[in-house]
Amino acid sequence: MAAKPKLYYFPGRGRMESIRWLLAAAGVEFEEELFETREQYEKVQKDGRLLFGQVPLVEIDGMALTQTRAILSYLAAKYDFYGKDLKERVRIDMYTDGTLDLMFPIMASPFQPPKEKEEGLASAVKKAKTRYFPVYEKILKNHGEDFLVGNKFSWADIQLLEAILMVEEMNASVLSDFPLLKAFKARISSIPTIKKFLQPGSQRKQPPDSHYVELVKNILQI
Amino acid sequence: MMAEKPKLHYFNGRGRMESIRWLLAAAGVEFEEKFLKSAEDLDKLRTDGSLMFQQVPMVEIDGMKLVQTKAILNYIASKYNLYGKDIKERALIDMYIEGMADLKEMIIPLFKTPPDQKDAKVALIKERTTNRYFPAFEKVLKSHGQDYLVGNRLSRADIHLVELLYEVEELDPNIIANFPLLKALKTRISNLPTVKKFLQPGSQRKPPANMKTTEEVRKIFKF
Repeated sequence: MAAKPKLYYFPGRGRMESIRWLLAAAGVEFEEELFETREQYEKVQKDGRLLFGQVPLVEIDGMALTQTRAILSYLAAKYDFYGKDLKERVRIDMYTDGTLDLMFPIMASPFQPPKEKEEGLASAVKKAKTRYFPVYEKILKNHGEDFLVGNKFSWADIQLLEAILMVEEMNASVLSDFPLLKAFKARISSIPTIKKFLQPGSQRKQPPDSHYVELVKNILQI
Repeated sequence: MMAEKPKLHYFNGRGRMESIRWLLAAAGVEFEEKFLKSAEDLDKLRTDGSLMFQQVPMVEIDGMKLVQTKAILNYIASKYNLYGKDIKERALIDMYIEGMADLKEMIIPLFKTPPDQKDAKVALIKERTTNRYFPAFEKVLKSHGQDYLVGNRLSRADIHLVELLYEVEELDPNIIANFPLLKALKTRISNLPTVKKFLQPGSQRKPPANMKTTEEVRKIFKF
């Protein structure tokens, strides 16, 4: 029996959360080592499994994979979430790169000084409403299909849902002008594997709080 | 009917388009460039609906208007067979190039860094290069002793790395001194006919940003 993928990260969302979403969407059980101390983290660093000294790290199929996008692309390809050909794949790449661009500043904001944090979050909500969500709304409108690419559930759909929920945590009405995204959100959320991930008790992590920020700062000595 | 050449939309400088130029050139693909020269040029692309997220780089290729640097590079690498032979090789390539992209992200904004902050940024780039990135790639080459980073065959990983080696050397000519295998890779890749041609004067390779580029970019992107 194949070993379960094993995820090494801090006990929070950060850059590992998109990976958890993808595995969960694929119905793949995974293990996690969550760093609570600097010693735990240093042990993994010293083991030599972190190519650039950084997490996320995912052990899967005999590989020690680091770099978020490398891990996500591998999982998307492995679990058939990456379109049927190169032209579908490039669309998935464009859409997921867009949602990652939207999410990364939100992920980084808890670690910034209060003023930058507030500005960063406000900017992210604005970009969501004016630059990103209109694009996805239009894509859904143009083809009238249930999923973003190729009339089939893909990585692009998983990540868009993650991004929508993330922005909604900061501004609950952010989808008010986007009826198709609202329907999309309901539809994707009710896919059985996603539904399970969204329930309490899953491996989905909580939004970062001050305890989490302190923990990460201590471990990374920043 | 001859296929149209890819067409690159960007300003006349390196920025985020340079890796795309390197990859196309290394693959032996001729391409055209349409340079943004003013804020109006950028506005026109935006109002045309040509830029999915209102940003450049944008590359017209195979009937599509591609945006997002990584998406563009992934497409070109796949199309021209520079992305490994299977998903495992691709995962290794992706891991390596994402590390390179992290380093490149530190270099790209140098042109607009105020002079009083520049030294510190350059020092950090050098530190990361010598302590984090170059040792990782040197170790990869040492581990298999092959001529290329992945799969004993030229891939985008080699091309992106050599591009990076040249750029970091522009900041410090001696930075590669303690990495013999990286030096050898640089020489080997530079001697490939397509890369050799790209490295010669008159190619579409762009020089480092100077004051004029910086001013032009400020005007176009309004910062």
